[in-house]
Amino acid sequence: MNAQDRQNGSMIAVHGLVKTIGAQEILRGVDLDVGRGETLAIIGRSGGGKSVLLKHLIGLMRPDAGEIWIEGQNIIDMSERNLASIRQKVGILFQGSALFDSMTVAENIAFPLREAGERDAKVLRKRVSEMLEVMELQGQEEKMPVNLSGGMKKRVGLARSIIRQPSCILYDEPTSGLDPVVSDSINRLIRRLQQRLGVTSIVVTHDMKNAFHVADRIAYLHEGKIYFQGAPEELRQSPDHILQDFLLGRSDEQLTPKAFGVQS
Amino acid sequence: MFVRFFNALGGPLIRFVQYLGEVVFLAADTFRSLFTHRLRWKLFFNQIVEIGLLSQLVVVITGGFTGAVFTAQTYFQFHKIGMGSAVGAVVSVAILRELGPVLTALMVTGRVGAAMSAEIGTMKVTEQIDALRALAVYPTDYLVVPRALAMMVSMPLLVAECIAVGIAVGYFVAIFLLEVNGTYYMANMVRWTRSRDIIMGLSKAFCFGILIVFISCHKGLTAREGAVGVGRATTEAVVNASLAVLISNFFLTMLLNIIYPAGYQ
Repeated sequence: MNAQDRQNGSMIAVHGLVKTIGAQEILRGVDLDVGRGETLAIIGRSGGGKSVLLKHLIGLMRPDAGEIWIEGQNIIDMSERNLASIRQKVGILFQGSALFDSMTVAENIAFPLREAGERDAKVLRKRVSEMLEVMELQGQEEKMPVNLSGGMKKRVGLARSIIRQPSCILYDEPTSGLDPVVSDSINRLIRRLQQRLGVTSIVVTHDMKNAFHVADRIAYLHEGKIYFQGAPEELRQSPDHILQDFLLGRSDEQLTPKAFGVQS
Repeated sequence: MFVRFFNALGGPLIRFVQYLGEVVFLAADTFRSLFTHRLRWKLFFNQIVEIGLLSQLVVVITGGFTGAVFTAQTYFQFHKIGMGSAVGAVVSVAILRELGPVLTALMVTGRVGAAMSAEIGTMKVTEQIDALRALAVYPTDYLVVPRALAMMVSMPLLVAECIAVGIAVGYFVAIFLLEVNGTYYMANMVRWTRSRDIIMGLSKAFCFGILIVFISCHKGLTAREGAVGVGRATTEAVVNASLAVLISNFFLTMLLNIIYPAGYQ
């Protein structure tokens, strides 16, 4: 497996991933391959296990069965401390941004560098202001996360996860809860990072516009398995009714008068 | 019927043993990290301020009023049999061996333990701990080690302060309010108080500090489900740490009394 993954150049390879939380089987054998420099969007219903899958990819959650290979290393049996080397290569943007609320914006962004041993205040300031410029957040250094809007938080979170220049970025619902204009600016930001840094990206989303805008390839997670993967065009033209229902936002529940408790 | 009885007993018992195991593993992990990984000095000093400096008022008031009331109560009894000047000895030994460490530990649990579990719990439910991990920072190193070390340094000092204030206030109450002869009071106190009483009080302080910090941090790290979860974790941390202090106090007393026996010998 190891040699094979190296040969075909995949950055991340997932095989037969199974995860049960409580009584609920969230992932039932997920197989996924992400090539170097590629952007993959994982779409699916809310609560369908997309975020759970993403958290497995940097070892924040441990699967019940299956393998996860990152740059040819199986991370399943790695200890929490050894995972640090993987986590330096893979950054993640959390759904709620997960900024440290006791620190200012600048401290949040500088945190990974400081933890890596960078002590020179001048260097830190320079790197932070570079990041803020990329994120179009100039002048916000001293603000606390509580005083930021949702879109700004996402951008600060993104700055924090890319300041150490990872080779792969995972986005957990980057546009959820944002208005269309801010969503669009986040989409453009993701695109720009791809082009500028050449990073591999995985975007988990249920926002179809977001998926079509950023992805080279789209995977549809359905009932704990990858139901479909392919180019955005293939997805759009697929005759499969499950995919079409999702794309068009059709619920398969029939709204009969009975459902509202009305006697017919 | 017996099977049902043991079944009913078994679940909670297993959960309890598991809980103890988790706290012990957290402690072991922390001590391992303390000796093998670099200390974050800034966080350590922040915690010293949080635990040590900001607890001053609480500790002084606790020590002062405990010393005052204990002196008065002892005097009311001893005075009847003409032993008013022996009050100093009783007060100093009791505060050193029991009241100082236990009351300070309970106050620190309420003030510091609650804050620790609430803060770490909030970080947990808002994914900030996952963010730490994702940024290649080991949460024990970052969150628990500075708190544990600061607690181990601060607790003995806080207890020493509480004891000193308690004894001093007791002296003033005895001499100025109850009109005990000061010279005899001091002489009896110095005669009956040994350095081993001081060692016992400070040893207890150290142990209580360890109990409080690991129980509180563990509750924070395992908090679940939003604001309600954090509230529950905080309550449980305070209750568990207080109970742990009171229960372990008995066993510590028995154990330490073998090493540092009480009384004048």
